[in-house]
Amino acid sequence: MKSLAITIDSVRKTYGTYIALDDVSLDIKAGEFLTLLGPSGSGKTTLLMALAGFVRPDSGKLLLGDQDITRLAPNKRDIGIVFQNYALFPHMNVLANVEYPLVLRKAPRAEVRKRAFEALARVKLEDLSERNIAALSGGQRQRVALARAIVFEPRVMLMDEPLSALDKNLRETMQYEIRRLHDDLGITTIYVTHDQREALIMSDRIVVMNSGRIQQIDTPQRIYNHPSTRFVAEFMGEANIIAPGLVRRIDGVDASPEALMIRAESFHLDAKLAGRDGVALEGTLRAKAFRGENWLLTLVLDGGQEVLVCIPAALASGCAELATGQSMTAFASAAKVHAIPGART
Amino acid sequence: MLEAYPDNRLSRICLWGFSALVMAFLMLPTLVVVPLSFSASDLLEFPPRAYSLRWYDHFFGSATWMAALRTSLILGTLTAMLAVPLGLLACISINRLGGKAAVAIQGILLTPSIVPGILLAIGLFFVLAAQRLVGTLFGVLVGHVVLAIPVVCIVLLPALARFDWNQVQAARSLGANWARAIGGIIVPQLQISLLSAILMAFLTSLDESVISIFVSSGQNSTLPKLMFISLRDQIDPTIAAISTVWTAIVVVVVLIVTSRQKS
Repeated sequence: MKSLAITIDSVRKTYGTYIALDDVSLDIKAGEFLTLLGPSGSGKTTLLMALAGFVRPDSGKLLLGDQDITRLAPNKRDIGIVFQNYALFPHMNVLANVEYPLVLRKAPRAEVRKRAFEALARVKLEDLSERNIAALSGGQRQRVALARAIVFEPRVMLMDEPLSALDKNLRETMQYEIRRLHDDLGITTIYVTHDQREALIMSDRIVVMNSGRIQQIDTPQRIYNHPSTRFVAEFMGEANIIAPGLVRRIDGVDASPEALMIRAESFHLDAKLAGRDGVALEGTLRAKAFRGENWLLTLVLDGGQEVLVCIPAALASGCAELATGQSMTAFASAAKVHAIPGART
Repeated sequence: MLEAYPDNRLSRICLWGFSALVMAFLMLPTLVVVPLSFSASDLLEFPPRAYSLRWYDHFFGSATWMAALRTSLILGTLTAMLAVPLGLLACISINRLGGKAAVAIQGILLTPSIVPGILLAIGLFFVLAAQRLVGTLFGVLVGHVVLAIPVVCIVLLPALARFDWNQVQAARSLGANWARAIGGIIVPQLQISLLSAILMAFLTSLDESVISIFVSSGQNSTLPKLMFISLRDQIDPTIAAISTVWTAIVVVVVLIVTSRQKS
């Protein structure tokens, strides 16, 4: 199976005065697992539907390999899609659902059956081939949808929040299985989610979107540790954006003039753990919460700004005794302090 | 549901009595025709003094009546065959379009069922006259399809509103063109509503007399038209016999469709 690269070139889509996609450009490598991450209304699903052929861009170009597909009918694109609600056909059984794309392609009867069972075997559902869709659990439906999307060997896979209807444990299993399926087939995959953890776990690269624009395109590690905008920093986890004046360098030197991002889990309560060139934040404790694997402390700095501090349970022996209202200092090593260009606090 | 009614003897009797009365008014005018049709008399009389099948003989033996019956059945079938696909496509586009445009189109589509039949018939007469189609079966068919499309839409719109459109997108992404997505995914799942729509379109045509009176000519009169004309010229129990046969046909068709819907 040959997978293809995708080029998205200044794609724009508006609905009346609402701008769903604002000159989005993006290159996706052949065989890559790329996630579009953003809140609802960020344009991620619109972009996916434009690739699928259900949304026609006002301007810009979409290339699959070197073929221009901007105006190609959806049924001629050979793109496998997994929908959020699976969109299985309830009037057909499992096997008929998976055979459907092959039947449309007028493949010989015996080959249709063989390939459908191969696809079902990939998602471990060959025993349920005669089941009705209504008799399947959520996870099984998800697998049928996957089998149906890969059976015709599409050149690209699109997935629109495919796991959002599943419960937490099943979701984690399926994250692993979808990624494994991608690695086995080597098929270019674009995955849409609003769950930042899911994006971090599954992706080769993440595209963070907001208000129809791309905020950052990077590997999961860089997106998490080196967000390029304030939005990305806050969307990816418990981030504190702190005005430079409020931070004191441990060695006494003034901190950088830019806004600083420090993740909640980067803090220590023990100055020794932060190292010699770290930063210190002084404030009073407003609230504390035990969350199982860690404690979440809310500090108020002198200027009134709140800072979230997350201390792993293993290092938080003293946290249970902390009283709200007491003054305290949180330390972070310089490596964990990230300047955000252009961000105001 | 019945527990919701007051558990009081008197109010229950009143409720049953009222319901029986409504049923009687609905059913009696239809049923009273049945004994009339078996009368041996030359006049419409109730109750008949003697019984015979002579009026059925007269109906089935008359070439004119038989031609009209055939015309009506053909028209009804053609009306259903045209109005249901057209209505389905219209409903799909209304469903997909959404917003104000959809409301406007839906309104226009439903006007033939709101405009008085006589106005529609007069208008249609002039439109068809310009096309030299007055007096043709095709002219009547156009009129009946116009009347049947709103009925079809009223049946199909709510069914499509409940339909999961992602299925069509899934089918398209899997390689189905529009025709195959509609035929293979939408139609099988709307089977029951489509069956109702076919029945309603067929009955709309079967029942229609005003347009037929205005537009159809002698050779292709529909049954309702011929019944009106014969009522004006001479009143004899043939009309009762026809009505009875007619009611029987409709009842049988409705029974077949409803029993298929249940299975």
